[in-house]
Amino acid sequence: MAAVFRQTVAMLRGLLITGRYLFRRRVTAPYPDVKPPVAARFKGRHWLTLYADGLERCVGCELCVIVCPSQAIYVKAAENTPERQVSKGERHAEEFQINMLRCIFCGFCEEACPTGAIVLGHDYELAGYTRASMIYTKGMLTEPYPGASGRDPGREV
Amino acid sequence: MVEALLVAAVKSAVMLALVLTVCAYMTLFERRLIAGFQLRYGPNRVGPAGLLQPFADAVKLIFKESFRPAGADPLVYWIAPGIAMITALFVYAVIPLGPTLTVLGRPVPLVVADVNVGILLVLGASSIGVYGIILGGWAANSKYALMGSLRSSAQVLSYELVLGLAVASVVLSAGTLSLVEIVNAQQRVWFAVTQPVAFVLFLLGAIAETGRAPFDLPESEQELIAGYQTEYGGFNFAMFYVGEYVGIVTMGLLAANLFLGGWHGPLLPGPVWVAVKTLAFAFFAVWLRATLPRVRQDQLMALSWKVLIEIGFLNLLVTAAILAWRGG
Repeated sequence: MAAVFRQTVAMLRGLLITGRYLFRRRVTAPYPDVKPPVAARFKGRHWLTLYADGLERCVGCELCVIVCPSQAIYVKAAENTPERQVSKGERHAEEFQINMLRCIFCGFCEEACPTGAIVLGHDYELAGYTRASMIYTKGMLTEPYPGASGRDPGREV
Repeated sequence: MVEALLVAAVKSAVMLALVLTVCAYMTLFERRLIAGFQLRYGPNRVGPAGLLQPFADAVKLIFKESFRPAGADPLVYWIAPGIAMITALFVYAVIPLGPTLTVLGRPVPLVVADVNVGILLVLGASSIGVYGIILGGWAANSKYALMGSLRSSAQVLSYELVLGLAVASVVLSAGTLSLVEIVNAQQRVWFAVTQPVAFVLFLLGAIAETGRAPFDLPESEQELIAGYQTEYGGFNFAMFYVGEYVGIVTMGLLAANLFLGGWHGPLLPGPVWVAVKTLAFAFFAVWLRATLPRVRQDQLMALSWKVLIEIGFLNLLVTAAILAWRGG
């Protein structure tokens, strides 16, 4: 009898606890309306960053291509010429493609990059309707102006 | 004769539309509320605050393919969901939603038919409803469905008794089987106050009868996938689902009419009070689901046969004794 009483009280207390939860702040966000902030080091969509003077950081060394575990990156390097100085080194990336369907967002490319050219940004809404549209080309990856990716354009690497 | 038939037909149609709409929104109510208990938002994308979600669900289910598993019995397989839904809807013929109103100088009772054995009809129809579940689980030719329907029949049989005993003491107190008369007998004081034991028994029986948590063994997801409705999809599944949610609303209306004074209440008009009380029951059912874990099969059976039925009989005896002593 005592056990029955104890268990009944326990159930009623449980009801009170869940009842209290009804008035708590919700832990989820109504996503498309409210976008929760991502962590500072979140690894999302890539950017090819620029120096403050607008020169490209990428020198076309292809280290990112080598380190990429899912072979998502394609780089075609070209020589810089005095008439057309794209980056600060001898070479620059003439073609730079990342297949976002293959990329696993491990961030190895960012770690391997000797000039800090490729960085992983905060954008995670990367859906597309076709496979072709998921291959990001250099024009899409290069930040539109120095610092557009959120990284300091004056940083060393 | 023709006029009476016409009136009955119109009333039935209105009632049917009302009940189906209410049941559709009961799904949304439950999903939003359970989300609130779990600190989520629930479906809020379709229409303002997710208010069109039931229609989106209905459209989706209607347009899904009606398939039949290879080994299933065709006739029984197709009939079973219909039985489940029709018996669930059938009881609304006798459940009153409010007092008799006067519209354009004519009295309009807010009940399709005030039968003098109303409550018996309701209990009888909900017993037949279990045939839909049993046949559905049997015809599907699947282990999970069969297990679910076996559990369901055992459960409904056991808790029907509890429910019946709880209702019997109310009927004894009111001295009538008509639902309208039972409500009118609560003009001064609710039966929930004078019959608290029967009220608790009714709540437990109603939750178990509708197969809801913590008594949702017939469709316990972790063990039986979806119990008797495992092999159903599309509109057939929707019919089972409608039957289930109609059952919840029915039990809510019964609780309101039998124990909570029906349409009697201050200030607000009668039908509003019935709605409020029914919603209170639905809220309670969802609250229980959000709180209590599922009981085991043996616990479920023991609770009914070893505890609740005894209490029910005792309550009935005491009620009868008091009534006899008072000279009722």
